[in-house]
Amino acid sequence: MSLFDWFANRRKAEPISKERQEREIADGLWSKCSECSVLTYTKDLRANQMVCLDCGHHLRIYSDERVRQLIDPGTWKLLDEALQPVDALKFRDRKSYSDRLREMQDRTGLSDAVQTGLGQLEGLPLGLGVMDFRFMGGSMGSVVGEKLTRLIERSTRERLPVVIVCASGGARMQEGMLSLMQMAKISGALERHRESRLLYVPVLTHPTTGGVTASFAMLGDVILAEPKVTIGFAGRRVVEQTLREKLPDEFQTSEYLLAHGFVDAIVPRTQLKRTLAQLIRLHQPYPPSHFVHVPDSLSRHAMNPDYVSETNSAS
Amino acid sequence: MATSERRPLLLDFEKPLVELDARIAQIRELAEENEVDVSDQIQQLETRAMQLRQEIFSSLTPSQRLQVARHPRRPSTLDYIQAITDEWIELHGDRSTGIDDLALVGGIARLDGRPVVMFGHQKGRDTKDNVSRNFGMASPGGYRKAMRLMDHANRFGMPILTFIDTPGAHPGMEAERLGQGEAIAYNLREMFRLDVPIVCTVIGEGGSGGALGIGVGDRLLMFEHSVYTVASPEACAAILWKDAGKAPQAAEALKITATDLKGLGILDQILPEPIGGAHSDPLETAATLKTAFLDNLDQLSRLTPQQRRELRYQKFRNIGVFAEISA
Ligand SMILES: [Zn+2]
Repeated sequence: MSLFDWFANRRKAEPISKERQEREIADGLWSKCSECSVLTYTKDLRANQMVCLDCGHHLRIYSDERVRQLIDPGTWKLLDEALQPVDALKFRDRKSYSDRLREMQDRTGLSDAVQTGLGQLEGLPLGLGVMDFRFMGGSMGSVVGEKLTRLIERSTRERLPVVIVCASGGARMQEGMLSLMQMAKISGALERHRESRLLYVPVLTHPTTGGVTASFAMLGDVILAEPKVTIGFAGRRVVEQTLREKLPDEFQTSEYLLAHGFVDAIVPRTQLKRTLAQLIRLHQPYPPSHFVHVPDSLSRHAMNPDYVSETNSAS
Repeated sequence: MATSERRPLLLDFEKPLVELDARIAQIRELAEENEVDVSDQIQQLETRAMQLRQEIFSSLTPSQRLQVARHPRRPSTLDYIQAITDEWIELHGDRSTGIDDLALVGGIARLDGRPVVMFGHQKGRDTKDNVSRNFGMASPGGYRKAMRLMDHANRFGMPILTFIDTPGAHPGMEAERLGQGEAIAYNLREMFRLDVPIVCTVIGEGGSGGALGIGVGDRLLMFEHSVYTVASPEACAAILWKDAGKAPQAAEALKITATDLKGLGILDQILPEPIGGAHSDPLETAATLKTAFLDNLDQLSRLTPQQRRELRYQKFRNIGVFAEISA
């Protein structure tokens, strides 16, 4: 039976025994939607980019799966894989940060909470960073900051658009102020990318909060979000404590940010690749034959008429 | 300035000092009543008090420093501005959100003859003032006001001096609705673009993104007992230790003191405070700050705008600790 036939017949099928269900969930053959609890054949779910076929809920996916969904097969080139986190503060809460890092790396097979690389999306070359929530809640420390900064710098040199898929609880406390400063570092790299008139599109996925929201997540030329994800600066519980009352359900969701003008569009995951390709094409020079390459060092002078007068007044 | 005759509020680790001061006063009184000369003994005790004060303040733990940094009498942004400038005109509003955020104040001043733009978080001087200042926790309107002032400075070639003193950006519903994250993020990026010199100083408490939102500059200065932290030790303890009572341990682990941050390459200069902390002698502290401003502006104004921007970029570019293992 083809997957399509199976899906079409699914509702008619005999209910599966509970034991068998549980065994097959454990085997990964079936997946249970965390929203509507409906069981779906995992292959079907993956074919639909891990969006529930019943209720449209976007199940959490991780960096490898995201890269697979966005990047054309055979075009992905990982960057800076050799970067490893270091316990610079010798931080210890109930557990030492070094132990935490080792455990996380063993459990996830990742070196830290982001992977970056160059690849093609519908044939369009771009720089892509994908945060991974599995690794300490996608928190941003020195490695996340350095990898994203290098990605943006390289994309600026090669005149590539940048897409960053955000999923993070914010700055990584175990690296103290080093983490906070990554917000500035990445924003600085984005300023140069922007000055070179290149496109940057953050994609906000669940959750995008804290220091990531207060830096690169909100600095896109165009900002996209997946449906119904949590996006905010302060944590919901902290805001509730300040307010001393319960917040409405829609507070700090993609839909809330769209309504208040901080997100340009909510894009279902199944449309994401197409939408990104459309945006990148719309920002390519037109007409293509008339495009003259302007070196980075000159673009500011050439394209910003205010530049000369500003310089004079400042010196 | 906050140099009133009011006795400064006491911190718990200052108790031995108070006891000693009380004893000196008592002896003085008794001597006067009985008309005996005890000036030698008093001098001895006063020397001892001075030594003790020095010992205590030179070996403060991070959480004790946090108390000094949050001291209600610690000089605030407006205190410093009034003390060090020749002229000052406060400007209001960000021209967009429709509220003037009193937790972040700023304007144009003349510093030693030179027009500058100054702004910073403003904590209240008393409870009522603190409520209107929202305890120095700025909202998006505050960060956008800062940005508007920075654009102004850049247009007119005025150096920018920022004063950092906040527990953090305001975590409120209205602040979220108005885009707290966006307001801070925007400043972070735009501060790299500005041509004019920028000197940022942590005068008290540097709380997380709310501090960094006016903290991207050519120089970062910090007073000796100021702190700068990625998350408040209280919040960090609650999250990582699952026990807010572990805040002193968190303060230690987070490396929030000026010395720690200098070691991590984040801080450029530590400004000494009078023994007893900035609040024990606000005028002397202000004089230290003014000298540091003039020195740094002097150095920075010798560079071209392009050089400043490049050095500012490299300064932040180089922050971070990681390993790179070649495969
Ligand atoms: Zn579902």
